[in-house]
Amino acid sequence: MFVYADHAATTKLRESAARVYAETAAAYYGNPSSLHTVGQKAQEKLTECRERIADLLGADAREIYFTSGGSESDNQAILSAASFGARKGKKKLISTAIEHHAVLHTLNKLQKEGFEVVLLPVGENGIVSPADVENAIDENTALVSVMLANNEIGTIQPVEEIGEICRRRGVLFHTDAVQAVGHIPVDVKKIGCDYLALSAHKFGGPKGVGALYVRRGAPLSPLIEGGAQERGKRAGTEDLPAIAAMTEALRASIADMGATDALLRKLQDKLIDGLSKIPHSILNGDRVRRLPGNTSFCFEGIEGESLLLLLDDKGVCASSGSACTSGSLDPSHVLLAIGRVHDVAHGSLRITLGEENTEADVDYLLQVIPEVVAYLRGMSPVWRDLQTGKRQFIL
Amino acid sequence: MSLYSEKVMDHFRHPRNVGVIEDADGVGEVGNAKCGDIMKMYIKVENGILTDVKFETFGCGSAIASSSMATEMIKGKPISEALQLTNKAVTEALDGLPAHKLHCSVLAEEAVQAAVLDYYKKNNIPYDEAQFKCALCAHEHDHDGENV
Repeated sequence: MFVYADHAATTKLRESAARVYAETAAAYYGNPSSLHTVGQKAQEKLTECRERIADLLGADAREIYFTSGGSESDNQAILSAASFGARKGKKKLISTAIEHHAVLHTLNKLQKEGFEVVLLPVGENGIVSPADVENAIDENTALVSVMLANNEIGTIQPVEEIGEICRRRGVLFHTDAVQAVGHIPVDVKKIGCDYLALSAHKFGGPKGVGALYVRRGAPLSPLIEGGAQERGKRAGTEDLPAIAAMTEALRASIADMGATDALLRKLQDKLIDGLSKIPHSILNGDRVRRLPGNTSFCFEGIEGESLLLLLDDKGVCASSGSACTSGSLDPSHVLLAIGRVHDVAHGSLRITLGEENTEADVDYLLQVIPEVVAYLRGMSPVWRDLQTGKRQFIL
Repeated sequence: MSLYSEKVMDHFRHPRNVGVIEDADGVGEVGNAKCGDIMKMYIKVENGILTDVKFETFGCGSAIASSSMATEMIKGKPISEALQLTNKAVTEALDGLPAHKLHCSVLAEEAVQAAVLDYYKKNNIPYDEAQFKCALCAHEHDHDGENV
C-alpha cells in the first residue's frame, strides 16, 4: 500500500494543470514583452491569467504580481512594507512565533538591520489572539504579518479580525496564505489585507511559481531588478506555462473545494479519533479551527525521524517537526510555541491529506502508525523510564 | 530514502542487540531527550570480555543504526578493545553518515565508555581517567560530532 500524506509539503500536479502547462508552453512560446504578434499573444494569455487569479481571490488584476513562489512573495511583501515604514520613521514589525521561515528569517534579517521585531505568542491551540495584535501596535508600527493557516499544525488564524484592527490603526497587514489558498475560501477584501502570498504547488500547481497580492496603493519595491515585467516590480521573463498551470490549478481547487472539504473533514475526524487512542499522545493545534487536510500529533517517548523512516518503509509519506528532520538542534519552533516541551516535540508526526486520499488510506494509517509507535517505544530508554516511573509522563 | 547508506538503513531496520540485560554488569546512558537522542548501553563482562551487549535508543535513524553497529563491534571483545572504539570507526563501519548526523556515532562511542565506566565503578576496578574523557565530563554533545 502507498499513501502520500504530505500534501502540506507539496501536492501532485493536477492533470488538468499539467495539460495547460504543456499546451501553453507549445502555443505561447513568445516573450510577453515582445512587440510582435507571437509576443503579444503571450501577453494576452498572461493578462487573462492575471484576471482569473484576481477573480478567484476577490482582487483586481492590477493587484496580482507573479513570483517564483511563497518565499519570494513573503520576502517582497515584508521588505517592501519595512522599507516604506522606515522612510516614515516606523521601524516596528509585528508577527507571530509560528510563522514560516520565509517570514521569520526575513524579519530576523530586518532586526539585524535595526528594526524592532515583535513575535506574538500563540495559545496552546496554536492560534494568535487579535487582542495581542491590537495591543502590540503603536505609532512606530510599519507592518503586521500573520499567516492565514499554519503549515505544521494547520491552525487557521483570525486574519479577518486582525485585518480590521490593522485598517483601523492604519498599519499595513501581510498574510502568508500559502497553506490556505485552494484549500479554504480566501478573499482578500474580506481579510482586508494589504499583501497576501500564495504558492502554486500547494494546490496542485507547478513548483517555482506563485503570486503576491498587493492592495492598490500599498507600497511595493522590487527584489529583482531588471526589465519592466510585473509593472516594474518583478524583473525577469514571466514563466507563462507555469502561471497558466497555476491559474488552472487554482480554478479547479476552488471549484472542487466543497467536495474536497467534506471528504477531508471526514478523513481528518477518523484519523484524529484513531490516533488519539494511542496512549500518551496529543493532537497539535485546535481541533476545529484547522485546515481540513492537517493532522499533527506528538507521541511521547519516541523521535520523529525514525518514525518517518519506518513509515516510509511501509509506503507512507509523512513529515515531522523533530530536530533530526530539520537539521537543527531544536525541534519545530511551532511545536515549542504551542507549549510542547523539547522531549515531546521531537516525537511529532504531521499527516496532511489531499483530495486523492481515501478512507482505505486512513484505515491503513491507523493500522501502521500505532504499530510503528509501539515498536519504537519498545526500544526507547525514555519510554522504559516512563513506564517504570523513573521519568514522569508529560502527555 | 537516500539520506542514509544501505548499511545505516540495514542497521536501522534490523537493529542488532536491541533490548535490556536485566543483570547487566555495567549500564551507560548518554545524550538527553531535549536534544532528541538518548542511548543506553548494557554490558555483561566475564574475564574482561564483553560476553553480551544490548542497547536501547531514543533517537533518529542514524542514532539507532550507530548504537546497533557499536554493539556488534564490541560484542565478544575484550574491554580494552571496546574502549578503543571511536565514533570514526562506527561511522566508517556504517559506510558514512551525513555531516549533521555524526554526533550519533559520537554518542555510540560515549555510551560504550559509559557502560564500561559503570562496570569499573561497581566493581571498584581502578581505571585511567584519561580513557574516559567522554563519559566522565558528561558534557553536552553538540551536533557537529565534535566534543565540546
